[in-house]
Amino acid sequence: MSVVSPIRVDLQLIADMVQPGGRALDVGCGDGALLAYLTDFKRVDARGMELSQAGVNACVANGLSVIQGDADTDLRAYPDDAFDYVILSQTLQATREPREVLKQMLRVGKRAIVSFPNFAHWHVRLRLVFGGRMPETPSLPHKWYDTPNIHLCSIDDFRGLCRDMGVRIERAIVLNRNSRPLKMPPVLGNLFGEQAVFMLRRD
Amino acid sequence: MAQQVLEDLTEAERKALAQCRQAVLGVERPLRLDCGVELGPYRIAYQTYGALNADKSNAVLICHPLTCDQFVAESHPVTGKDGWWDSLIGPGKVLDPARFFIICINVLGHCMGTTGPSARDPASNQPWNLHFPVVTIADMVRAQAALLDHLRIPDLFCVIGGSMGGMQVLEWAASYPRRVFSAVPIACAAHHSAQNIAFHEVGRQAIMADPDWNGGDYRLHGTNPARGLAVARMTAHITYLSEQALQRKFGRTLQNRDALGFGFDADFQVESYLRHQGSTFVDRFDANSYLYITRAMDYFDLAGAHGGVLANAFRGSPTRFCLVSFTSDWLFPTHESRQIVHALNAAAANVSFVEVDSDKGHDAFLLDEPEMFRTLSGFLKGAASARGLK
Repeated sequence: MSVVSPIRVDLQLIADMVQPGGRALDVGCGDGALLAYLTDFKRVDARGMELSQAGVNACVANGLSVIQGDADTDLRAYPDDAFDYVILSQTLQATREPREVLKQMLRVGKRAIVSFPNFAHWHVRLRLVFGGRMPETPSLPHKWYDTPNIHLCSIDDFRGLCRDMGVRIERAIVLNRNSRPLKMPPVLGNLFGEQAVFMLRRD
Repeated sequence: MAQQVLEDLTEAERKALAQCRQAVLGVERPLRLDCGVELGPYRIAYQTYGALNADKSNAVLICHPLTCDQFVAESHPVTGKDGWWDSLIGPGKVLDPARFFIICINVLGHCMGTTGPSARDPASNQPWNLHFPVVTIADMVRAQAALLDHLRIPDLFCVIGGSMGGMQVLEWAASYPRRVFSAVPIACAAHHSAQNIAFHEVGRQAIMADPDWNGGDYRLHGTNPARGLAVARMTAHITYLSEQALQRKFGRTLQNRDALGFGFDADFQVESYLRHQGSTFVDRFDANSYLYITRAMDYFDLAGAHGGVLANAFRGSPTRFCLVSFTSDWLFPTHESRQIVHALNAAAANVSFVEVDSDKGHDAFLLDEPEMFRTLSGFLKGAASARGLK
């Protein structure tokens, strides 16, 4: 078997949420690191969708099942309950219609796992309030004019959307800058969490 | 052989059959064609490379496009040219005969040894010519499956092909899902578009307008509609290239002259090139076969054959798919591959899809495209690992 390099801490966290042996779709799978991990170490039938053609080609050249596609439009092609998990890692904020994407994820998958940067992190708040400029942080490294992140939200915003959509939050993990889980009440998580990972299912 | 296939072999067919394998099938159980005719006996000419392993798990079927044939990885018996997919098949290449048992079958209706319109109708002992039944892509695949039965090969590790070969791959996956572990349809579509039918019709009309065609009975008249077939080839050849490729290769460069000739000789290099393509083609291709094979492509409509819903062709498919398209291919553009991908998604099939950036047009799949090789190599590696194939 090929040697798999250790994956990013936040991806590891997602991988740990996935039960071995099932079917998973990683939307916005990038270079396929999570897919390779799920395939090799968890015997998951893992498929990927990626917007960038270069990313897709690299994944397929590594033996992964990946198609070029757009989370906003191409989830519609899949039938209901096609996967045990549909994963969207650090991509929700870059979609045109995050609510519709979530809805599709929960139609196609029995569960959805979503990670995103928290726009209410204290660092972001300080930059905007006292710097008077659009925040640039390690999780949000882009300039305002070239960012792909067009629908940023806070952890509380996301919880609100789940409530509005009637989606059950099975797990919510708030991460610090080093992608280590923070144990604190939600009200503090929204201030101190730099990212969050949610596992959702239809109610 | 239980029974002979009646025919008058052409020079090209004789040379081909001397260099490849053949089987006469359909003696006891004729091949039931889509048009309703039962064909038999019929000959299948094919070529193999490598050896079948003990558990018969390493067979790879290459499906050839319209004008290629079973000589996929060796010097061609008629033209002397290298195998048409030499870039992909050979020691150390993506498909290494040391690892895979590679089979390539001359399709039904073709003219490199497999039964086609130049054979004789057993009922009348007359050459079929235009009385040969119109065959479809599904018929070609049925005949291939019959050969695999004959060779006692239960299933295929991979079926791979480009253009018309890709159509056969799709048909294989739809008709024999349990016999296809992985499928690689390249630069193709699930149906032939109106534009593609239109180009084929121009080619066919060119052949039929040639007085030497004689209603398809040219061999009886001792003629050959070479001019019509050459024009058909010239037209088709343009569709295999791209505007960029033509511009890069030829531009407006003149052929062996410094100034315009003010006549209708081949002033431009591109004209000379097309004339050469046309005139060399007629040495290795039969005009009636060209009519039949282009018709088979025109008739291909996988969704149509499955209640109008392409996904129905792949419901419950256990096959692993890898589709490849090319950015400058306007004959089988990327969006047609994407339609197949969406149908496979709708059927929850395992699918990879790569669009390769190339300015070489449809022909790119036959050329040195490292990105395509990397894709195929990675996909086959994953499929081999999933099948436990060493």
